[in-house]
Amino acid sequence: MSSPQRDTGGALRCRGLVKRYGEVVALAGLDLDVRRGECFGLLGPNGAGKTTAVEILEGLNVPDEGEVEVLGETWQGDGLALRRRLGVQLQETKFPEKLRVREVTTLFRSFYRRGLGAAEALSLVGLEEKAAAFVRTLSGGQKQRLSLACALIGDPELLFLDEPTTGLDPQSRRQTWEIVEGLKVRGRTVLITTHYMEEAARLCDRVAIVDHGRVIALDTPRNLVASLGAEHVVEFATDEAAAAKLSASMLAALPSVEGVARESDSWRLTVREVHRAVPELLAALADRGAEPTHLTTHHATLEDVFMALTGRRLRDG
Amino acid sequence: MAEAAGAARVRGPLAELTLARIRELTREPEAVFWVFVFPILLAAVLGLAFRSRPPEALPIAVVAGPHAGARMAALTAERDLKPRLLTEADARQALARGHVVLVVSDGEPPIYSFDPTQPESRTARLSVDAALQRAAGRADVFTAGGAELTEPGGRYVDFLVPGLLGMNIMGTGMWGIGFSLVVARNGNLLKRLVAAPVRRSHLLGAQLISRMIFLVPEAGALLVFAHFALGVPLRGSLAMLTGVSLLGALAFSGLGLLTAARPRTIEGVSGLMNFVMVPMWIFSGIFFSTDRFPARLQPFVHALPLTALNDCLRAVMLEGAGLPPLLPELALLGAWGAVSFAVALKIFRWQ
Repeated sequence: MSSPQRDTGGALRCRGLVKRYGEVVALAGLDLDVRRGECFGLLGPNGAGKTTAVEILEGLNVPDEGEVEVLGETWQGDGLALRRRLGVQLQETKFPEKLRVREVTTLFRSFYRRGLGAAEALSLVGLEEKAAAFVRTLSGGQKQRLSLACALIGDPELLFLDEPTTGLDPQSRRQTWEIVEGLKVRGRTVLITTHYMEEAARLCDRVAIVDHGRVIALDTPRNLVASLGAEHVVEFATDEAAAAKLSASMLAALPSVEGVARESDSWRLTVREVHRAVPELLAALADRGAEPTHLTTHHATLEDVFMALTGRRLRDG
Repeated sequence: MAEAAGAARVRGPLAELTLARIRELTREPEAVFWVFVFPILLAAVLGLAFRSRPPEALPIAVVAGPHAGARMAALTAERDLKPRLLTEADARQALARGHVVLVVSDGEPPIYSFDPTQPESRTARLSVDAALQRAAGRADVFTAGGAELTEPGGRYVDFLVPGLLGMNIMGTGMWGIGFSLVVARNGNLLKRLVAAPVRRSHLLGAQLISRMIFLVPEAGALLVFAHFALGVPLRGSLAMLTGVSLLGALAFSGLGLLTAARPRTIEGVSGLMNFVMVPMWIFSGIFFSTDRFPARLQPFVHALPLTALNDCLRAVMLEGAGLPPLLPELALLGAWGAVSFAVALKIFRWQ
């Protein structure tokens, strides 16, 4: 089992992290507090600064300004003692193609004084049948799981997962989620970055939404969605002539509508109750002779939170 | 969680990293070819091409005429001459085309036509003149004995094998270390290893150790082949040869590390590798002696680490040299290694 926790403070703490690459500001004063035993998510579009932040926390990168504390310690020298307590999965790691899967995990196991057996780590990520296979022969999802096995092999107190499911097929993605959920059950602290809102919503106890190198919102996924003031989103579009006859104030006055946003010809309404809002909306459109060319409804998600905060979608950055 | 799972065989990080490197190398068929087969093939082919042949008789022409019969008889008796009887016009043409190296005219005394810039022509002139003078009645004042030297040690292949060994130590040292480091950096593996609790000295140390381990079969295969199949001598001690080879491998590992310290791509490191190695292929006396370069270039030629390594290998193998005479060149080799290591560690890009 993991060594008794020496202090009861937070797992991660950083204040005012700033990192610039020439003209580009990757981090513009990032603050984070991650508690022990929680799964904490950094959610944001590509280029938001998530990876830079994680690499600074992992001691792989040095901030221009700001303070970092990991498991109550700061990064000094090679940080070997601290690294023994961490597990790291980078966004993409190419393990040597000519090594067998078991040889890779055995190699990483040799870096730790205590931890899982190579076979145990492989069965944890569902790769036990591939133990004798060459890395070269693995699929993208299997390589990602091997990387996860190497992150877990030292039985870490704190695990960093940087976009663990990017580029994976849905099945591999669900497998990864189950592994992370298993870690949560065992009380491990996990910091995960992702630009998939459903991933953050499913795995994370708390989520920080990051944009332009800064945390713009932080709460549980449920509270973040609730902050929209309504649980549903209605999106509709009309032709141009009809759009001119509509206004935000008129739509906001419809029953149960809490928010209105416009993107050229399409509108997004956040609503409390779809069954009350939609008939009234259709009636209002019909009154003005505006025929909707498109209409959908869905449960509000973190993506909608991001759009409400930034006016942009997560995926297109 | 099993506390000490796999306790049956837990190797330390340095041993595991070295083992991983050796596995990678031995599972790469191309690497095995270039490291083991290629030098042997090269030694065999070049040994064959430049094998020692009995000295060939020099082709000369005698112009037909009243004196031709007696001259042909005198010259045919010479072991190192091959005279032909030709008409004046044919003889001129044969000389112009290089079929013969000298023409003897039919006059009395004869006139020798030859190209004095050609060593073979000059040699033919001396032999022809001596033979004709003798035939005309001159007595030799004395007859010098001749000791002919074709024993192993003085042949081209004997010169070549130590050079090939040096070239191989350079190539595998630089590529073996440089290539794998850049691949690891490019694929984020280096960054991942740095994120793990492993000492950087172990990461680089494993590269060196696997290099040294590989040197044994690599140099051994070439030397065993050269010694037993080509009769190349090993006059110095095996310990000296091993020591010189190890120092050379270390020095070139240092250079390999330095070359691979910054580049992120294979293309980048390949260009740098060639920039470092091509001058040594040319100037360090692999295929021919460094004495051929003009005096102005000699300080540069002798500052190159491969020149030092090749000189030491030749001295040990062909002359049976011991440690003292080689110390200056070994020191130069060591300095190259130490300086490039130090600089490489200073500027190394870990991610």
